Amino acid sequence: MGLDKIWVFGEVAGDEVASITLEMLAAARSLADTVEVFMAGDGGEYAEQLGEHGAETVYSTGDLAGGLQGVAIASAVAAAIEAGDVEAPDAFLLGTTQDGRDVAGRLSVKLDTPVITNVVALEVDETLIGSEPVFGGTVDVKTKNTSGKPGIFLVRPKSYEAVGVGGSEADTEDLDVPDLGAVGAAKVVNSHAEEADGPKLDEAAIVVSGGRGLGSPEAYVMVDDLAKAVGGAPGASRAIVDAGWVPYSYQVGQTGKVVKPTVYIAAGISGATQHLVGMKGSKNIIAINKDPEAPIFAVADLGIVGDVHKVMPKLIEALQSR
Amino acid sequence: MKVVVCVKQIPDPADPGALDPETKTLKRDSKLILDESDSYGVEMALQLVDAAGEGEVHLVSMAPNNEVSGLRTALAMGAASATIVSDDALQGSDALGTAKVLAAAIARQEPDLVLAATESSDGYTGTVPAQIAELLGLPSVTFAKSVAVDGGAAQVKRQTEAGYDEVECPLPALVSVTAGVVEPRYPSFKGIMAAKSKPVDELDLGALGIDAGQVGWAGAGQEIVSIEVAPAREAGEVIEDEGDAHERIVAFLDDLKVL
Repeated sequence: MGLDKIWVFGEVAGDEVASITLEMLAAARSLADTVEVFMAGDGGEYAEQLGEHGAETVYSTGDLAGGLQGVAIASAVAAAIEAGDVEAPDAFLLGTTQDGRDVAGRLSVKLDTPVITNVVALEVDETLIGSEPVFGGTVDVKTKNTSGKPGIFLVRPKSYEAVGVGGSEADTEDLDVPDLGAVGAAKVVNSHAEEADGPKLDEAAIVVSGGRGLGSPEAYVMVDDLAKAVGGAPGASRAIVDAGWVPYSYQVGQTGKVVKPTVYIAAGISGATQHLVGMKGSKNIIAINKDPEAPIFAVADLGIVGDVHKVMPKLIEALQSR
Repeated sequence: MKVVVCVKQIPDPADPGALDPETKTLKRDSKLILDESDSYGVEMALQLVDAAGEGEVHLVSMAPNNEVSGLRTALAMGAASATIVSDDALQGSDALGTAKVLAAAIARQEPDLVLAATESSDGYTGTVPAQIAELLGLPSVTFAKSVAVDGGAAQVKRQTEAGYDEVECPLPALVSVTAGVVEPRYPSFKGIMAAKSKPVDELDLGALGIDAGQVGWAGAGQEIVSIEVAPAREAGEVIEDEGDAHERIVAFLDDLKVL
């Protein structure tokens, strides 16, 4: 027995629906009879793509005039349910993104309902159950919504495959944001993009990531060069993002991007839990690290115990000369 | 300016313990330490108070048995005082229950600014800061990679999927900070000695006016229904570099036909 209705939080990347949203639509279709989307901005612009992926209706707030999504979307959803304008869904699915977590946190307070986080798989047993990997993915924990109210589930990117089902354009409905007062006072005054050239980190067939073992920010050029030589994308561990060597958009891991490339090359990365969670799903993993005890070797298909400063230049040269 | 920092005291990540299959909670047998993620918020708060030229930093934490060993580390860094909330009824609290407790403890301080980490290193739900802000009726800016306060407002660079946004937010407000927002200081010997006599207010649910049914196992609207060992990824071949390891990598890539 599936659920009657699931609401999926819609996010946009560039001028398209974000892949995390399409992934969750695929999940929601398998769990509920009716799938609807709620989002900021003009839902009509995305109704075709959302419909193609199985959404029947898209509820949207219109432009937020610089306001952050968390407070606006949560307030709008709670108000619509309270006013009886919409029937509450059985569950909400949101991506584990900055805005997804903001909306989930605020909405859970408004509806006094639990948030089940870091979900990588979902199943229905009367209510929705989320599966979450803990301890670096060595243990799976399943958590059930027992609140008797709609549960909120934060789903990790790349947990489901985005597949269109040829659905017709979604209907559009307005989702009115009530007057937020002081709680909605935070405003975005400027946006900056930090995307690198070349393939996107979370879409590339090959990802080359660097960590502390590189020794210095200057050494990161080896990661860039190797990524270029193999037509891949450069990534990073949290340690060197925190240290300011590369921007956050390079970060692979629990708090960064989840990647599942054909090949993942980890250079000078020890393999902290935080990092493993973001790359363990890669089809093939190559690790170069001088510490034979580094946890990264436990997940590597090919592990090289050695100095990145010796191995990487030779590897780059060999690949560039082909 | 009064800044309240939410801090979590966690088992040492080097010895993370395990989930107790009976109670389905994290075994917390070992001494708790300050979550490293929170050291950034503490440092940020100290620097903001310093820049403002007046004010103080207060810590708020929830832990079993009035545990303060992690709080003392943050006090040694320079925070002035702390609140610790302990109550047997809190065992099993989910993120929302935790947020209710922290929000009630924070409200007593009437802060200008509340800082928190984006997520803890052990539970990493990453929702508690937004939940606290909603409970307190505060605006919030999460995932800050830089924070300044000027003219009664916070100027925050907030991480986004594409890069970052510059966000302006009037105080009082809540800001959650990423690791790396500032470099946390090491407590000095003088700071460690001074921390021993700094005031720590011990509160239970009754003192906060929270009904025990709203928190802990009773209030958590979620239940762990299974804990299973995940299928391990098969470890591959590990070789020592003897000057030709790059050839092995090239051969590996060739076999996969990805070049």
